[in-house]
Amino acid sequence: MTDPTPNGESSASGAKAAETRPRAERGSPAGGTNTAAVDAAHVDKVFATSSGEVHALSDVSLTVAPGEFVSLIGPSGCGKSTLMRLIADLDSPSTGELSVFGKTPDRARRDQDYGIAFQKAGLLPWRTVADNVGLPLQLHKAPASQRKARVAELLEMVGLSDFSGHYPDQLSGGMQQRVAIARALAEKPRMLLMDEPFGALDEMTRERMQTELLRICAETGAAVVFVTHSIPEAVYLSDRVVVMSPRPGRIAEVIDMELADSSQRSDALREDSSYFDMITAVRESLHGGSSASRGVETR
Amino acid sequence: MSAETLSPRQRTIGRVGAPVLVGVLGLLLWQLMVGVFGVSSYLLPAPTAIFAEANRASAHIWNGALITGWNALAGLIVGTLLGVVFAACAAASKSVNAMVNPLVAALAVIPIVALAPILNTMFGSTQFPRQAIAGLASFVPVFVSTLRGLRQVDPELRDLMHTYAVSPVQTFFTVTLPTAVPYVFTGVRLASSLAVISALVAEYFGGPRGGLGGIISTAAASSQYPRAWAYVLASIAVGLVFYLTTMLLEWLANRSRSTASG
Repeated sequence: MTDPTPNGESSASGAKAAETRPRAERGSPAGGTNTAAVDAAHVDKVFATSSGEVHALSDVSLTVAPGEFVSLIGPSGCGKSTLMRLIADLDSPSTGELSVFGKTPDRARRDQDYGIAFQKAGLLPWRTVADNVGLPLQLHKAPASQRKARVAELLEMVGLSDFSGHYPDQLSGGMQQRVAIARALAEKPRMLLMDEPFGALDEMTRERMQTELLRICAETGAAVVFVTHSIPEAVYLSDRVVVMSPRPGRIAEVIDMELADSSQRSDALREDSSYFDMITAVRESLHGGSSASRGVETR
Repeated sequence: MSAETLSPRQRTIGRVGAPVLVGVLGLLLWQLMVGVFGVSSYLLPAPTAIFAEANRASAHIWNGALITGWNALAGLIVGTLLGVVFAACAAASKSVNAMVNPLVAALAVIPIVALAPILNTMFGSTQFPRQAIAGLASFVPVFVSTLRGLRQVDPELRDLMHTYAVSPVQTFFTVTLPTAVPYVFTGVRLASSLAVISALVAEYFGGPRGGLGGIISTAAASSQYPRAWAYVLASIAVGLVFYLTTMLLEWLANRSRSTASG
């Protein structure tokens, strides 16, 4: 529209390209190159504590494709949150290579390539829902009109348009998490990092949120790195489940979910036998073949 | 008659009525002691005499209350601003914290009676020494309370701000300071009474006349006890105004938070 070219054909093909872009982005963003959303190679993380060194991650290698949904699952202390924090540049690896969209994690963070959501929603209690969702835009000095439009769009997406003027503590836990997810999506990131975002919710709310998350991911085409210790949750959401084991934290196995494409999944899947097969596969991997529980929730 | 059998309305009446009743009874007893039992009016003037004096000199008392009140207010405002700024620096940097903490401990133990004569001599016949002393007295509780508040920030919010790649200044104004606001106002409430007391006491040690404290000391020195008591009464009123105002501010600061929390 900005280019008043007399050549009708070229502007038409331009419109067509714009139309198909979201689809293309899912497969290969960043100008056609196949840059992985996350590329970790032999990453180690050692924390120095007063009682000696703690080996949180050992020789972790993992690639997350653009648009892919990957869950990290494992018992407490397996380093799944640590790995997510490294990707988010909240900590840095002790050794090994880690890149996010082909850049250093620091660069990716500064470019706002990812959005993040924590177990506690982490909303600012003195700001309304709309102001919480708009927080990153406001901090990055987006024009007010643009911010308002984007916030309305995001609230629509998470189904909270009627609550824009409410304060976080007036909302239920599930609604607070939806606000946090909307906020994480504010800068249109190419990846979402989620650290047990539904861990504090009741089972029914949790299942509803999972289905909504899949819908939102299909709409935005963002890659997701999802930390959880619920096997069904990991299976239901993911394209691949990364099973981790503790002391030192390392990847035990990466399991492909042989299920429908994650954008096509619905609650019906929860009663499908393929779903139970995948749950069994993940459980057996977690328990290392034995049936002894190692502190992983099986719900 | 247990508390559960009372309606909320009755309980409110009790809460307001009880102290008023005690006050009236106290005044009656005081009046009786002076009038009936013959306690010398030189030692203890009757309440009626004090009220009569307060009524007679009301213009002077009002004037004195304005002078002392202004000194306390100026000190409270400057002390609060300095307290918040120093606390912000101490919260931001461990080395600043290590430098400032002993200083604050020293300030906290400075007796007003020791400092007032020195400042009066240094700055002569201005109101500055009183304001400075009120400021020093206000600084300490605001600093301590604010610093505590600044350290209450949710680590998750800190992480979140880090992921937004914003400046430390933006983080401070977006997350750290709003978290600390209720603590700041608690500090201000504690400081308000100290500011009034300090401004009053500082007047005992010379400098320009006219404030409540100065007149109390002169009246007491010349045995005009009803007059001294009338000014004491005015001092209590000034102190209460400060305390209630800052309490209201604290309530407002917390209320914006509790509309936030439903």
